Amino acid sequence: MSDTTAPKAIEGTLGFIDERLGSTTFFRRNVKKVFPDHWSFMLGEIALYSFVILLLTGTFLTLWFQPSMKEVVYDGSYTKLQGVKMSEAYASTLHISFDVRGGLLMRQIHHWAAILFMASILAHMLRVFFTGAYRKPRELNWLIGINMFMIGMLEGLFGYSLPDDLLSGTGLRITQGVLESIPLVGTYGYMFLFGGEFPGQDIIPRLYVLHILLIPGLILGLVTAHMMIMWHQKHTAMPVKNQSEKQVYGYPFYPVFMAKTGAYFLFTFGVTALLGAFAQINPIWLFGPYDPGAISSGSQPDWYMGVLEGALRIMPGWEISAWGHTVSFNVLIPATLPLGIVFGGAMAWPFIEAWITGDKRQHHVNTRPRNAPVRTATGIAAVTFYGLLWLAGANDVLAERFHVSLFATTWFFRVTVILGPIVAFIITKRICLGLQRRDADVIGHGVESGVIMMSPEGGFSERHEAPREEEKIVLLSKENARPEAPARDARGVPAPGAKGPIGHLRSRLSRAWTFDDIPVEEHGHGEHEAIESGSDSQVKH
Amino acid sequence: MSDDNKDTAGGQEPREEDAREGGARRERIVGTPSPAKEKALLAEDDISAPAGVGEQLDEASMKRAERVVATLFLVAFASSVTFIAYFIGWSGRDGGMHGVLRARESNFWLGGTMALSFLALAAGVTIWVRRLMTSKPIVQERHELVSDEESRAAFARDFMEGAEDSGITKRPLLRRTLLLAAAPLGLAPLVLLRDLGPLPEKRLRHTYWGEAVRRAQQEGKKGVRLVVDGTHRPLRVSDFATPGSMITVLPEGVEEHVPEDEVLTQNAKAVTILINVPADQFKPAKGRENWHVNGIVAYSKVCTHVGCPAALYEQTTHHILCPCHQSTFDATDAAKVIFGPAARPLPQLPLSVEDGYIIATSDYHEPVGPSFWERG
Repeated sequence: MSDTTAPKAIEGTLGFIDERLGSTTFFRRNVKKVFPDHWSFMLGEIALYSFVILLLTGTFLTLWFQPSMKEVVYDGSYTKLQGVKMSEAYASTLHISFDVRGGLLMRQIHHWAAILFMASILAHMLRVFFTGAYRKPRELNWLIGINMFMIGMLEGLFGYSLPDDLLSGTGLRITQGVLESIPLVGTYGYMFLFGGEFPGQDIIPRLYVLHILLIPGLILGLVTAHMMIMWHQKHTAMPVKNQSEKQVYGYPFYPVFMAKTGAYFLFTFGVTALLGAFAQINPIWLFGPYDPGAISSGSQPDWYMGVLEGALRIMPGWEISAWGHTVSFNVLIPATLPLGIVFGGAMAWPFIEAWITGDKRQHHVNTRPRNAPVRTATGIAAVTFYGLLWLAGANDVLAERFHVSLFATTWFFRVTVILGPIVAFIITKRICLGLQRRDADVIGHGVESGVIMMSPEGGFSERHEAPREEEKIVLLSKENARPEAPARDARGVPAPGAKGPIGHLRSRLSRAWTFDDIPVEEHGHGEHEAIESGSDSQVKH
Repeated sequence: MSDDNKDTAGGQEPREEDAREGGARRERIVGTPSPAKEKALLAEDDISAPAGVGEQLDEASMKRAERVVATLFLVAFASSVTFIAYFIGWSGRDGGMHGVLRARESNFWLGGTMALSFLALAAGVTIWVRRLMTSKPIVQERHELVSDEESRAAFARDFMEGAEDSGITKRPLLRRTLLLAAAPLGLAPLVLLRDLGPLPEKRLRHTYWGEAVRRAQQEGKKGVRLVVDGTHRPLRVSDFATPGSMITVLPEGVEEHVPEDEVLTQNAKAVTILINVPADQFKPAKGRENWHVNGIVAYSKVCTHVGCPAALYEQTTHHILCPCHQSTFDATDAAKVIFGPAARPLPQLPLSVEDGYIIATSDYHEPVGPSFWERG
């Protein structure tokens, strides 16, 4: 602690850079940058570090992988396939697995990291949604994040198609069928992507260049933008003590956050290495080379494609043919509608919400999910919708495991995928309001102390105590609904936002957003007046 | 982040929060323990702190933590050394990798030591942060992100001035011709992509069966023989006499007459299932009464939904099931859809007999596989 100048080696290097870039101002400003802390803030970090792992292991794999559909006769050390005709892509994947030391490990780490990448993005996205962290000024990062997830789906699909094994070829066949169903340009898209008819000779080299160059480059650019925006705007904080819209509280970047996040990278790499070592994934040598006439039952894609798979499975066979043209709703609707609803909805949500609530302020302190019941309920409805479609992607496995008829399972999903989200919305909203009521109760009457008092009259009652300061701050972080501005003022002039059918819709939605809000406020004698509860919330007394 | 390591953090250490409140932990005066303590009613301390912050750390416990961290770092070191030693000295023994057993062994060793190395290092750093670092939590102001009025006005002025100076506002001719010049230049890359593939034309409307039948008829035969997928053996009626059996067939001669790199593509479209439906259950469709041979029928194996092989055949019900999305077709009744997302029956191939062999007498009469816009 006594030294105030850095050692010569560091001083010298920093000086060298500073004289050329003036970088010390930047370092000075950022070295103690505060990072607010909460366990859920690590979810995005997992995604970031999985991406780094993907780049490292992926580069290793490209050193041996041959993106070619040229037919060869296998002559490697996996004896069961010796003498079998297969594509060079498949043969080189076998070579990586069985003849390159550490090759199987890198392949498995790569695959596990891809699964983790997508899973952690989704978890991170849910955290951001349910805490309202996407609100102004962070809408751009929200959009970037959703786009990364969608691009990640494509990247994953292309990646597991590359080995050209039976399972991945089937995935490509489905991709082709879906592409073909697009009205007007479908067959052209199909011919242009595959360079002719399925499977042809071109698809693997094309997917390869997309998978290792174009898409990772795109994701890298988006990740960089995501991080820089986050750094510039400062991370959101949970509504706890010392956090407010004006200030952020936490440990400095250097040394605490830097060391912790470094450790987190190591944890992520360690866990994927553990999985790569001991949990087999995508054993392509068991599936065999791709053969368009063959298939194995229980074919399932990687988890992030499951929602599309499920939608394809439960859709009824609707198709119309008229005037010499065919439209396959049985493919088009499941391929576009569910993800369109979930991700299109998610992208539009911050703007819809701001429009409904009329809230144009900046938000740096997150909301507790219970304090935004409509948002939370909508989120859970979307999760239910997505989750049911995802489960439907395994309807054959479910039917087999639970000894239910396959048709019954499919019908179950056809019904619940519509009803489930509605029920989930209603239940979630009730739970949120119940929790609000409890919060109001704790603030209004205190915490049950477990101490039973006997009054002079002989009646028993339990003593309630005021909640702890920290808890009070959390509970009072709720911004109570403000009384709605009347649609017409005293002279009958409509409010600017409430004119016309759109204005009517807006004020109706606005009412739906807050009408059953339960105010959480202190009735007491102002012991804790200084509590921050959102910059301009109106605490009634 | 890493709150998942609570166990290594040592809950007993006093934390910054408590210290600053002068040890004002909630202490119960009265007898019964408060349920509030167990319930999460009391705010959790959200700051996963380096435990030492602002405290005079207990010298002995710091020493202990230091030793634990150093041990973990040594474990990481030893484990990386093992990784390298195994790779160089052991994984390549007896002539290197060969087969599943060695791949598995090397995967366990390399992966195991690598994972141990990373995890030990990670755990060490985490304990270091949480037990030994003395940084205090600090507060920083959040700044308004929006630029001040003055800069915005100044920028707007500069922007308009630049536009003015460049003349783009004054000279519409330049502006319009520039836009005109840019438009086709933007389209050029799209044009460049044209040679990615051929136009669809009639490609999706016929399969190699048509070509094969034509070739056979030129040689004076009635139609082309069906060969078994995999063995390429022509199939006799007598080979396939058991009712309820199912087999995958292709037209004879694909391997001989098609360029090598197109065989897979032709087979992907021509692949066909042959089913022997018991005579008493068979319902030949109208106009297709003579397309079967004693109940032996042939349907396209390419599912009409999105093209997976409809490969599962249930002998008792005569259902053909596509394992990808569970479209189900009735083999006894022109492969009509019974259930699932497919909209159309599987196309049927007209069969006949010649010299005791099962033959196809023409191509499919409709496009096989998934529907498309031009299908009609």
